[in-house]
Amino acid sequence: MRHTITVLVENEFGVLSRVVGLFSGRGFNIDSLSVAPTHEESISRMTIVTRGDDQILEQITKHLNKLIDVIKVIDFTDESAIERELALIKVTAEDADRAEVLRIVDIFRANVIDVTPRSYTIEATGSPSKIDAILELLRPLGLKELVRTGPVAIGRGAKGWKG
Amino acid sequence: MKLAGARILLECLKLEGVDTVFGYPGGTVINIYDELYSFPDIRHILPRHEQAGVHAADGYARASGKVGVAIATSGPGATNTVTGIATAYMDSIPLVVITGQVPTALIGNDAFQEVDIIGITRPCTKHNFLVKNVKDLAGIVKKAFYIARTGRPGPVLIDLPKDVQVAVTEFKYPDKVDLRGYKPTVEGHPRQIEKAASMILAARKPVIYVGGGVVIANASDELREMADTLQAPVTTTLMGLGSFPEDSPNSLGLLGMHGTYYANMAVTECDLLVAVGARFDDRVTGKIPAFAPHAKIIHMDVDPTSIRKNVRVDLPIVGDVKDILARLGKVLEGNRDGVKSFHKNIKPWRTQIDDWKAKHPMGYKESSQAIKPQAVIRKLREISEPDAIIATDVGQHQMWTAQFFGFTRPRTLLSSGGLGTMGYGLPAAMGAQAAFPERQVIAVCGDGGFQMNLQELATLVQNRLPVKICVMNNNYLGMVRQWQELFFERRYSQTVMELPIDFVKLAEAFGAAGFTASKPEEVEETIRRGFATPGPVIMEFKIAREEKVLPMVPAGASLNEMVLAS
Repeated sequence: MRHTITVLVENEFGVLSRVVGLFSGRGFNIDSLSVAPTHEESISRMTIVTRGDDQILEQITKHLNKLIDVIKVIDFTDESAIERELALIKVTAEDADRAEVLRIVDIFRANVIDVTPRSYTIEATGSPSKIDAILELLRPLGLKELVRTGPVAIGRGAKGWKG
Repeated sequence: MKLAGARILLECLKLEGVDTVFGYPGGTVINIYDELYSFPDIRHILPRHEQAGVHAADGYARASGKVGVAIATSGPGATNTVTGIATAYMDSIPLVVITGQVPTALIGNDAFQEVDIIGITRPCTKHNFLVKNVKDLAGIVKKAFYIARTGRPGPVLIDLPKDVQVAVTEFKYPDKVDLRGYKPTVEGHPRQIEKAASMILAARKPVIYVGGGVVIANASDELREMADTLQAPVTTTLMGLGSFPEDSPNSLGLLGMHGTYYANMAVTECDLLVAVGARFDDRVTGKIPAFAPHAKIIHMDVDPTSIRKNVRVDLPIVGDVKDILARLGKVLEGNRDGVKSFHKNIKPWRTQIDDWKAKHPMGYKESSQAIKPQAVIRKLREISEPDAIIATDVGQHQMWTAQFFGFTRPRTLLSSGGLGTMGYGLPAAMGAQAAFPERQVIAVCGDGGFQMNLQELATLVQNRLPVKICVMNNNYLGMVRQWQELFFERRYSQTVMELPIDFVKLAEAFGAAGFTASKPEEVEETIRRGFATPGPVIMEFKIAREEKVLPMVPAGASLNEMVLAS
């Protein structure tokens, strides 16, 4: 089962490799990982998408909590979180296809951020499934390059992670 | 007062109460060694190899319960510590290992004797630190000791670049540590403890399964009290030996791959397994689906990741097992009637266990021709002092020691249980002897493991550490040979140690004494002479070459599928 895990860590060198080493050393998978500092300078926030059964997920969260530099671990499994991902997509766009690409961009409320006579580069934001959907439609037109950030997640409601 | 980093490090060690350091000088720690002259209260012991230095710090820590400290230089000095660190990590031993590092400006430049020891030790330390600024040094040392000894203890490495040792700053040792990401759970949850008490009192066939956590937590007294209250059987892992007296009628001895028949049968048949500071290692469980198949499992451990890692658990209790056992004991004592009917209910179970004990007691075939290693171990127990500390290497002699010595006190067996590090025994004994100069310290080694760190004989002699070394010599790498005999049609590929070593001359070359026994009737006299001779001594026992460690549960088999001693 797919899980999105948020990990708040000390903003220090070497922390990322501790987290990644934990996954690789124990044979856990990472589907995606994104990391950047938060509004508190000393804290960075990671969003990790992983999969595994309940026992594996329990071990993953316990091991993350065991790392000295990890301040908090939140396992978002259900509808309790909002996930957003950014994708930059370079797509072939010639002749009649150019209009079709723009229609798709419009439908998905994406943006064209670079144009050449033969291509568009698109910026799309949304849940991972929305990104999957726009890619599905663009794929037949010719995808030249794709970069996805992996999702970031935040809990719903008024409360911050500190409660 | 403004001090240089090297000086600050030693001031911190002094304030942490460090009295002994095992270290090896080199280019990037030379400043620390120069400052050492100002610290007469810190005894520095120079091993002949950094690996042995870390094992010695580990032996010091296991025997004393204090944090062991080792120092090594950058590059090869640092990489030589890795086996020692990994050994301590697997057995949750508190260490602070300090390595020199090339100056910060050169880090990453492939400088002379540079290695990324932080990267290398990340998976085998509890935590590690690279000190980039001398202002952070005192705080880091404070944190390192705190992390090493609290929660589930473990080794912490501090990598200290040379320029940081030279740089000067105001020295102030912090009073306390605040790590927002590290708050180990000490107290067990009261409701879980209540539940545990009712599960125990409802059991008909209980077994208490004790691991190294009880030794580490200094919880032997609490364990004994609880077992006395309950009169329930107790089995220990290799790491748990000594935490429960094996001369107690409630003791089942060792369980697992080379455990007793009755311990393994009891675990297989029990209806409640109370695991205390144990982690269900594969050498203990054998085939998981057949491990304690009828039992509910209560698991007490300070480390949440140990719980439900290998087996399902019905009732987890996270916390310091000393705290948990003390409070569980109180709950049980408060329920006199419950305990009384428990005693009645487990009577048939106790009878069953007594039958198993009578049917297959621990034993071996005696011989008048060849020295039986088990006989040597029993003789050692008989002649040694009651508080003697035994350090072992890894292999057959280690298992014979675990099976036949009969440990009754905690922190008297030092053995590499998790990593299984050959070469551990001699330096670990050295560290224990440094911690307890007046106690008898015995290293039990095989001829293979002994040769992995025999250079430490020099350290023993130089520092007047009178470790008594028993070499169980079968001219084989015996445990591998045993597997080859049983599972590889006696094809003894590369396990024959062809060259006969003269251990007496070897001891004498280092300025120690050596004795040899090659017949059974020489065993006792050799031990007595060894113990009576001042200073370090090698006692070589030429043992029956193809003696096996039995019982044995083949790897991957279930615990009740034992190969028994005939």
